[in-house]
Amino acid sequence: MRFKRTKVVLAVAGLSLGLAACGNAGESTQSDNVDVKVAENAADNFDAGTRMKELAESGKITIGVKFDQPGIGFKGATDKMPTGFDPEMGKILAASLGIAPDKISWKETISDNREPFLQTGEVDLVIASYSITDERRQVVGQAGPYYVTGQQLLVKKGSDIKSVADIKGKEVCSVTGSTSLDNVEAKGAKPRGFDTYSECVDQVLSGTVDSMTTDGAILLGYAAQHPDELEVVGDPFSEERYGIGYSKDHPEMCQWISDTIKKAEDDGTWAKAFEATLGKSGVDTPEPPALDKCQA
Amino acid sequence: MEDVMSNFDLVLKAFWVTIQLLVFSGIASLVFGTVLGACRVGPVAVLAKAASVYVTMVRNTPLLVVFIFVFNGLPQIDLLVGVPFLVKGVIALTVYTSAFVCEAIRSGVNSISIGQAEASRAIGLTFGQSMQTVILPQAFRAVVPPLASVLIALAKNTSVAAAFGLMEATARMRYFTNNHPEDRTLIFLTFAIGYIIIVEVMSAGAMGLERRWKVAR
Repeated sequence: MRFKRTKVVLAVAGLSLGLAACGNAGESTQSDNVDVKVAENAADNFDAGTRMKELAESGKITIGVKFDQPGIGFKGATDKMPTGFDPEMGKILAASLGIAPDKISWKETISDNREPFLQTGEVDLVIASYSITDERRQVVGQAGPYYVTGQQLLVKKGSDIKSVADIKGKEVCSVTGSTSLDNVEAKGAKPRGFDTYSECVDQVLSGTVDSMTTDGAILLGYAAQHPDELEVVGDPFSEERYGIGYSKDHPEMCQWISDTIKKAEDDGTWAKAFEATLGKSGVDTPEPPALDKCQA
Repeated sequence: MEDVMSNFDLVLKAFWVTIQLLVFSGIASLVFGTVLGACRVGPVAVLAKAASVYVTMVRNTPLLVVFIFVFNGLPQIDLLVGVPFLVKGVIALTVYTSAFVCEAIRSGVNSISIGQAEASRAIGLTFGQSMQTVILPQAFRAVVPPLASVLIALAKNTSVAAAFGLMEATARMRYFTNNHPEDRTLIFLTFAIGYIIIVEVMSAGAMGLERRWKVAR
């Protein structure tokens, strides 16, 4: 009995050491944060009664981002803060309200709950690879676009799929319910939806499906993880305009978001945020897209 | 909502995949589950032990984990790589549901008094014969209600396949809600009604069987 107990103690000790090691490994990747200038006395810059004034005065903001898209919005199990281009945008917006990055509370949103989260006030902003569409603009506000990307294909090296013209009848995976999956279905591919992008990549690696599709930026991140096995092929065949979601109850936020993005684009903060996140996969920093006008 | 209505063929196609998953894995798990059940109550100790290990293992594993194992685990060791997704879905659902079918069958067999088995032995029937002609026909009557529950659960469990490359009803629902967030509630109700119809047809069938097979005991 005594011997057994010793074993258990050893096992537990070993396990906790292992976990500790994991924790360290996770934290060491937290170095790519861009410094943002936090505005002082920001509340004075906004008119009374606006949502921005309320947020600036409370000093707190909740932002919904993706946690599972490397480069766009990603948070490992042990990370304290999400990393990626979307969180960087969030930091820029929060900074203009005088809220420091460590005062932002990040909430994971998935494609399905972005509108409900905005409608119920669960989050103040959604910055989660949120393509601007007319249907979505009926229920929530979307300002931007702050980034324009297009859908591409990720295949095993040497695959006979060279461009989107070759996917007819082929099995192509993406995330269940995503717009990318509809687009390839419309082009004659057999759509295979999975819960997460990483599961989908596994399917391509094991050869179960022929290709994976989603926004090029995300694919490049995965290709960089497996440079010997995977490559991104073809030109972008759709246009996704990422916007920032806000509640329709606060239409005044649109102008503030647009102005803040515009300022970040002009003073180079936007480009810096891009280089620190999506730019790491080797793509050149693009020209910032033109912003949509806010409806009064 | 017009979009859902004008694309109603997509809804029907999705439910067709759901029904295929349900029917194929339903039949497969009834067959495999009955074999497992027979093993568990049978006289061969090795088979009984093997069946009980299977039930313990599978019944205590969440369905999602079974799916991950079949779809993501096995392909990594080069198993099931070229197999169509529907077949893999059926395999995962069958592996899981058989364990429950086995237990339902076992409870049915146990409900037959031991005297029946002894009597059939006494008149010289082998284990196989006594199972086929005496025990199972009576046991099946007793297991209709629990089996119906197992199959209804299976009908709803097919939705797990939505996250594993199968364009069945739940996956299609997520496609519609993603494109038409303004109609979320109606889309949800449409698909809920689809599932309700499937399950109601099954319960009606089970009720019919129960009535037909009713015997005075």
